[in-house]
Amino acid sequence: MTAEVAGASAAAVSVVRVRRAGPRRPSRGVGRALRWVALIALTLLFLYPLAWLVAASLKPRGEVFDNALWPKTFRPQNYVEVWDQLPLLSWVANSLYIAVLAAVLVALTSSLVAFGFAFFRFPGRNVLFGLVLTTMMLPGAVTLVPQYLIWNQLGLVGTSVPLWGANLFGSAFYIFLQRQFYLGLPRELFDAARMDGLGPFGLFRRIAMPLSIPSFVIVLLFEFQASWNNLQASLIYLNGGSASGYTVPLGIASAMSKYSPTNGGHGDYQYVMVAALLVTLPMLVLFAFGQRYFVEGIATQARKG
Amino acid sequence: MTALFARRRMSRDRYDRREVLTAYLFLSPWIIGFLVFTVGAMVFSLVVSFSRYNIAVGIFRPAGLANYAALAADPKVPLALANTLYFAVLAVPLEIAFALLLAMLLNRVGPGSGFFRTVFYLPKMTPAVATASVFLLLLNGNQGAINKGLALLGIQGPQWLIDPDWIKPSIVLMTLWGVSGTMVILLAALRNVPVELHEAAALDGAGAVRRFFYVTLPMISGAVFFNVIVLTIAALQIFDQAYLLFYRDQGQAAPDASLFYAVYLFQQAFRQFDFGFASAMTWLIFVIILLIALVQVKVGNRLVYYENSDSSEERA
Repeated sequence: MTAEVAGASAAAVSVVRVRRAGPRRPSRGVGRALRWVALIALTLLFLYPLAWLVAASLKPRGEVFDNALWPKTFRPQNYVEVWDQLPLLSWVANSLYIAVLAAVLVALTSSLVAFGFAFFRFPGRNVLFGLVLTTMMLPGAVTLVPQYLIWNQLGLVGTSVPLWGANLFGSAFYIFLQRQFYLGLPRELFDAARMDGLGPFGLFRRIAMPLSIPSFVIVLLFEFQASWNNLQASLIYLNGGSASGYTVPLGIASAMSKYSPTNGGHGDYQYVMVAALLVTLPMLVLFAFGQRYFVEGIATQARKG
Repeated sequence: MTALFARRRMSRDRYDRREVLTAYLFLSPWIIGFLVFTVGAMVFSLVVSFSRYNIAVGIFRPAGLANYAALAADPKVPLALANTLYFAVLAVPLEIAFALLLAMLLNRVGPGSGFFRTVFYLPKMTPAVATASVFLLLLNGNQGAINKGLALLGIQGPQWLIDPDWIKPSIVLMTLWGVSGTMVILLAALRNVPVELHEAAALDGAGAVRRFFYVTLPMISGAVFFNVIVLTIAALQIFDQAYLLFYRDQGQAAPDASLFYAVYLFQQAFRQFDFGFASAMTWLIFVIILLIALVQVKVGNRLVYYENSDSSEERA
């Protein structure tokens, strides 16, 4: 977006560029006060469920549902007992392993493919790239059963391979994102490196990769988050196995049922709240460090061809 | 779409053989994945949709149109389709309107917008299981915080998760809480609307409302249109929230109003292991989503204003 705006306004007066890029000037008076009231009210609404979760995680069994944001009885032991109550450590370890593998694999292979599209001239390039863009819009519900049938044929259902295996082959949106980034790199760099005798793979590894770290990070963060949150795939490929083989989303879903009185539980939902909070924290940390990458990555989505 | 270098090394229609080979080497991961996991998988499921294929019993034999006939005869298929379409029609406009409201507020805030953007983005980072386990209790008709809050305003809240009429609004509410992805895209679009246009319109005597409809909305129509398509496709596949609230336990008696297409597809495939039927369902929803997207693109191309016609990159 920045590049496009800069390019479009290069011919225009510089004042236009500055004013266009910045936020609109805040206006005065009643409207302004109303906006701030609305913003603060919305902030409270958005934060309320998270505050509720934090409070509930510190309450004893009978008080989890009392909606008090300040627990009547503090029970920090929940945070100790949860590790005995649920195999949370295994779930986190499984999810971490799968998410890291998924993110690194898809970032590497998508970069390779993107470099192929950005760098070389070959017959069928536009047709193939069109196919990449088409698969980007292909709904997951459509490939769900077909892909299961493939993994089933390969005898890998019940293992964690289906949760990261397809990432060996790149992913359309990330290919698109990386290609956009490569096309924006100054070609003089590549020309110079080529003069110095660097081959295609050297150009990719020594020039393109180091320069594309920002978009590489976007891919890593997006895929890590997607994998960490992926309930459906865990349900399909891991459900029915032993609980210690579950991922975080599948584990917490099972915990929600485990404590339900209809399943013979005693309504110990405080443990579910602790677990839910603990698995949200890594995402919040990720966001604290990578906010600008998330925002940049999302803004890119709207610009696909 | 030009390559970085090749242009000046050779004439337009001759390719360097080694370069072509290297290119396909770089592309090979995607090509293999596309052939196996997209084309191969889809073709296989097409074959399966015309077969009796049940992994649990170990059967795989041709069945002609039997699965499609069963699909047409199953009353749960139109029920699931109707639920899903109703949800999409309810959710998408509300998501767009709410995201636009948030984006417009943020756009006018000036300093401090970063803080509010972070706050609005947090739910997007919260895993669906965490969101669902909180909303399950917030939406409780008797003790839930939402109805307690409504009671303070003198409103008697509904039985959100029990009353069939309120099940879809409940899920919409959860979706709205996580609408910040859309908000970020719309905010980027709003920041690109030239101030001069607003000033000119204001000079001509247009009020805030008219400026919104005649300046802002046309200028961001591309981003809105993109979001409508993406959100529609997502809404038509709604699964996580419905599953976590109503289908977690196999013994749970889930209300009909919560049976969405993806949930029924999931049940047929991974609970009944009837992959013939599930594959037929897959192809049905594929065709439906394709048709809806095509209609949206057709309508969208007439309504969307494109600033400069050469920026085809911006066309969603």
